[in-house]
Amino acid sequence: MTATETDTSSPVGQRATLLEVTDLSTSFRTERGVVHAVDGVTFTLDRGRTLGVVGESGSGKTVLSRSIMGLLSGKNVVREGSVKYEGTEIIGYSAKQMSNVWGAEMSMVFQDPMTSLNPVMKIGKQITESLRRHLGVDKDEAEQTAIALLKSVGIPAPEQRLGEYPHQLSGGMRQRVTIAIALACGPKILFADEPTTALDVTVQAQILDLLDDQQRERHMAMILVTHDLGVVRTRADEIIVMYGGKVVEQAPTSTLFASMKMPYTEALLRSIPRLDMPSHTRLDAIPGRPPNLIAPPTGCNFASRCRYVQPRCLEERPPLVAAADPGHFYRCFFPVGTPEGEAALQANLASGTAVAAPAPRSSTTTEES
Amino acid sequence: MAGSGTAHLRDPESTLLRAEHLVVEFPVGNTGLKVHAVSDVSLDILPGETLGLVGESGSGKSTTGRALMQMPSPRSGSVTLDGRELTGLKSNDLRELRPQMQMIFQDPISSLNPRRRVGEIVGEPLKIWKRGTAAEQDALIDATLEAVGIDPAAARGRRPHEFSGGQCQRICVARALMLDPKIIICDEPVSALDVSVQAQILNLLQDMKERYGLTMLFIAHDLAVVKNVSDRVAVMYLGKLCEVGSPDDIYARPAHPYTRALIDSIPSADSETNSHDGQRLTGEIPSPVAPPSGCRFRTRCPSAQELCSQVEPVMREVSANQYVACHFPLHEGTSDSEGASPA
Repeated sequence: MTATETDTSSPVGQRATLLEVTDLSTSFRTERGVVHAVDGVTFTLDRGRTLGVVGESGSGKTVLSRSIMGLLSGKNVVREGSVKYEGTEIIGYSAKQMSNVWGAEMSMVFQDPMTSLNPVMKIGKQITESLRRHLGVDKDEAEQTAIALLKSVGIPAPEQRLGEYPHQLSGGMRQRVTIAIALACGPKILFADEPTTALDVTVQAQILDLLDDQQRERHMAMILVTHDLGVVRTRADEIIVMYGGKVVEQAPTSTLFASMKMPYTEALLRSIPRLDMPSHTRLDAIPGRPPNLIAPPTGCNFASRCRYVQPRCLEERPPLVAAADPGHFYRCFFPVGTPEGEAALQANLASGTAVAAPAPRSSTTTEES
Repeated sequence: MAGSGTAHLRDPESTLLRAEHLVVEFPVGNTGLKVHAVSDVSLDILPGETLGLVGESGSGKSTTGRALMQMPSPRSGSVTLDGRELTGLKSNDLRELRPQMQMIFQDPISSLNPRRRVGEIVGEPLKIWKRGTAAEQDALIDATLEAVGIDPAAARGRRPHEFSGGQCQRICVARALMLDPKIIICDEPVSALDVSVQAQILNLLQDMKERYGLTMLFIAHDLAVVKNVSDRVAVMYLGKLCEVGSPDDIYARPAHPYTRALIDSIPSADSETNSHDGQRLTGEIPSPVAPPSGCRFRTRCPSAQELCSQVEPVMREVSANQYVACHFPLHEGTSDSEGASPA
């Protein structure tokens, strides 16, 4: 019943599609208007693969993963499009139907290990809960499995930990427990939503290694949601870059870094201070702020912050188009590294009139207020 | 590391801020136990210099920053600003010196009063200290807001919630600049911000430093950020300093095993593989209630020996202007030999 067993039974060498998301949109009705948090996202995920979803806060990356898992409920949530899990449409599932999917088929590791555990329930109970619910095992067997799980996620003295409460553990240990809970029933897809953002850099490396190992062992697919391009670069097979609720670039990891086409991806990468830069290197900040998702701009969402922006970008919304490399898509009229893009950038630099080209005296004054 | 010593301090005459043997401890309830948050830390900052203080959470870096500000005063040790001793000052005397030291906090939104207007927030220091006439104050508020990239005409009448996190941090920077401080202590000023906004604020701090000749203590956990802004970097672990030196030296040739491990843990957006797999730190930072004997890093250190548990290493110079508190530094003198020979 684990993912590994299921997979060995499928034809060898065939890339089996596990999750198929087509044109998924999610919006929230609020007092101020409808927030289009996720807008027309399409991708497929194969067994055992890792998809990285990258974006700033407010780009819709978290809503995307929660929307796929059906964790958003309430009458103010509007979900459209299709999510097929192993060929079955799950978008219309009731919460009751979904409860057979959660934990057993898909599970999630959240950003904040402090608040995603129940503070008044012992750790053992929190792990065995889903085991008993989904696998119907008895108490002793569930406990043995829980001990094995805690051991596999690197928690020392697991027998003793079962009887402890979350506050008795450090942040890194708590995140290991949430991973153990997420892995308990052998899910085929693990959603990791900023799993290391709340952790220290040394612990972050340990947790990412742990996720890697578990994924390989269980032949599990993973959707790794993060704002850190560094994290996905070394961990993901494919990357989706989101901006303003839309996919703006999508490519296999090596293709993305070798020939990125979307000015936003480039800007994001250029704005991060890197260790190999000499001290006091001036950073290429992205001026301005993300778009308003209640009343998105007419043209490209990124136009007001883009170095390549042209009049066309303000009037027309660029579609997602395919690049030369297989599996590489982007959403731009003047892509990076093409003659059109280069011409647009040069024209903007020359005239200095671009909507958001870095101001000549200081880039810090260009943030709109 | 994690050792004591003052070998890395410079001529007291030349430094603006100098802290020697700082100790900060907090009681744990009524148990009689103590959290050893900062244990014998010494550091100094030259005028116009930015000192980056880096470490994991729980390493005591924020507590050190606050001890320098006397919020609260350290249990023992000395802090001098421009030659004047701050510890033990009466609260009125200390208050007179407060305008010279300002702080910028991690969360820009919660460090601004939500019910007040931006003009009032930024102008309040001037009102409290009765600097200039109302017209002069007005002009200074406008000029400072302008300098941090906020349009004063549009912003002064608005409240903090109408601004994004990055803009709120700009307002915090403006507020910190109002009294023309000698030193600004920035406690994780960009860690609550998005990557794209983080670069804007880092550039702003750099501009302000040039424009106003600021001296800064920059506390952060992100090594790349610290490297970008600092003239000198101090690495902290569990209440002690490990290594002090220029950012380019420390990052190119770390001498302390902890510094090396920190650098190796960073996922890089530039390299395709994780090349440092063997160098991962295991475990987590020990409890500061009962820190390990000798070198505090020894429980996680790949090169720990018997000596490390018995004798606390003392800060010493391993190469020009690079100081390390370790018995077995990764390199000594000018030679680049990896590993180390027992001292």
